[in-house]
Amino acid sequence: MSSPIALLPDAQLRPLLDAYEASVRSRRWHTLLILACVAVAMVLSSISAEVSIPKLLDNIHRFPSYIIRLFQLENGRPVWTDVAEWFWGLPRWLRLLGETLLMAYVGTVLGVIGAFVLSFLAAANVAPSRWLRWTVRRFCEICRTVPELVFALVFVIAFGLGPVAGVLAVAIHTVGALGKLFAEVVENIDMKPVEGIIAGGSSWPVAMRFGALPQTMSNFVSYALLRFEINVRSTAVMGFVGAGGIGQDLIEAIRKFYYSDVSAILVLIIITVSVIDTLTSHVRHRLIGLQEKH
Amino acid sequence: MLRLEGVTKSFGGKRAVDQVSLVVPTGQLVGVIGRSGAGKSTLLRMINRLGDPTQGRILFGDTDITQLKGRALRQWRARCAMIFQQFNLAGRLDVLNNVMMGRAFHVPTSRALLKLWSDDEKAQALSALESLDMARLAGQRADTLSGGQQQRVAIARALVQEPDIILADEPIASLDPRNTKVVMDALLHINKHFGITVVCNLHSLDLARSYCDRLVGMAAGRVVFDDVPAALTDAVARDLYGLEAGEVVGEAPPVLMPVGARPGFALAGS
Repeated sequence: MSSPIALLPDAQLRPLLDAYEASVRSRRWHTLLILACVAVAMVLSSISAEVSIPKLLDNIHRFPSYIIRLFQLENGRPVWTDVAEWFWGLPRWLRLLGETLLMAYVGTVLGVIGAFVLSFLAAANVAPSRWLRWTVRRFCEICRTVPELVFALVFVIAFGLGPVAGVLAVAIHTVGALGKLFAEVVENIDMKPVEGIIAGGSSWPVAMRFGALPQTMSNFVSYALLRFEINVRSTAVMGFVGAGGIGQDLIEAIRKFYYSDVSAILVLIIITVSVIDTLTSHVRHRLIGLQEKH
Repeated sequence: MLRLEGVTKSFGGKRAVDQVSLVVPTGQLVGVIGRSGAGKSTLLRMINRLGDPTQGRILFGDTDITQLKGRALRQWRARCAMIFQQFNLAGRLDVLNNVMMGRAFHVPTSRALLKLWSDDEKAQALSALESLDMARLAGQRADTLSGGQQQRVAIARALVQEPDIILADEPIASLDPRNTKVVMDALLHINKHFGITVVCNLHSLDLARSYCDRLVGMAAGRVVFDDVPAALTDAVARDLYGLEAGEVVGEAPPVLMPVGARPGFALAGS
């Protein structure tokens, strides 16, 4: 059977092949050049940030040994041989974990309330005035740019040690982060209902309440739950600066070389965070499902 | 009496509405006709102040509408009800709450935000809905209704405003022929029985001819025709609509039944 393809004679094929090779070659050079640039940039930035590779290599054997040490009791035996001894502080740690969750919860709720109000003032499509919108947007930026731990440190100095500082830090960061996300939700609404209500002489709050809010509600709840997940993680370390929660005992255990305590507390935190993550993402997916049905 | 004096609206460099001057006496049913993009919508929206004119004045009685701000502006909007092509209801709210939006100006904001409508207000809304044969659907979410039903809810919302004037921006453009007739009959009824001025943007010439007292033709933002419907000859229509003429003139004219002899339609109080 003859092939449907008639092979080109060599004289005709040669220039075509050469042209193809040339175009591939230039692309290959392009890729190599980008890789070289990335490598050079990495070397330059590690030099200027004093990230020394030899130092890393010299000390790398200590890393696994520290990890292994974390899982050994005071008598040198692995932690799982005596779980009761490993989790000797369980009642206290559970209380602190509970405190951490409550801090995350209160901080999230306060932050959500703030973000809820600010989002309507910051959304380009419904904001009542331009300068107010500008001010609110800058305020939200400040709230989310400063790290939570820095806020916590400042509030510890102002209000003293304890959960109040941690809650305030989480709340402020949440206002900034959710304020932006909520405003984006509001910017994506259908404006026709809002216009219909405005055209009848209603005030701005009424138009927002009935025209905008029903369209944004499920997204707001979904983002708030996501934020709660994130806030549980960040309140776990609030105690590092004395702002309440389990972090306080964790940093103490690290500093005083209570190796097995460090691993016990880390295990508890990891379990808590994954349980919260699973629960909230389950609820969020149900919400998204509901949204799509309507 | 509504008076427009040299009203102009520019978007960028383009004039959507160009030097429009009109006087609409109280109680008239005015049809604004013209092809898509002629500036009909922009004109109506300026009267309700959903858009502000670049130049010119709009007067209602002695009040300069274009200068109003804050509560006075909201009061004007409450007196000047608006009906939209896409109904502009809040889809996730029930029908009754949508109609209550027409009363919201008269209710303190705090009470409105909590949906604390008084029994009188609810009675008024339900009566308005019943006059449009919609009261039995008062508890349904607006987005579960058909287009024709949604537009009737929007008309009920306009009615509870107890307006002096109703602006209807292509109210039947998204509706089937049967609902077109229901909606246009409702507007005619409101106009003839309560003496409320109606200004209605229409694409279809035949509907405009059969329902309106007066037709205002717009082309490229300007008023190019202003007379009784009988004066609108086919030649003028062709001028007004250009290539679209065949489409708008060719539609079968709806049967216009005498007021009061229409099935399933009796406005409360008439």
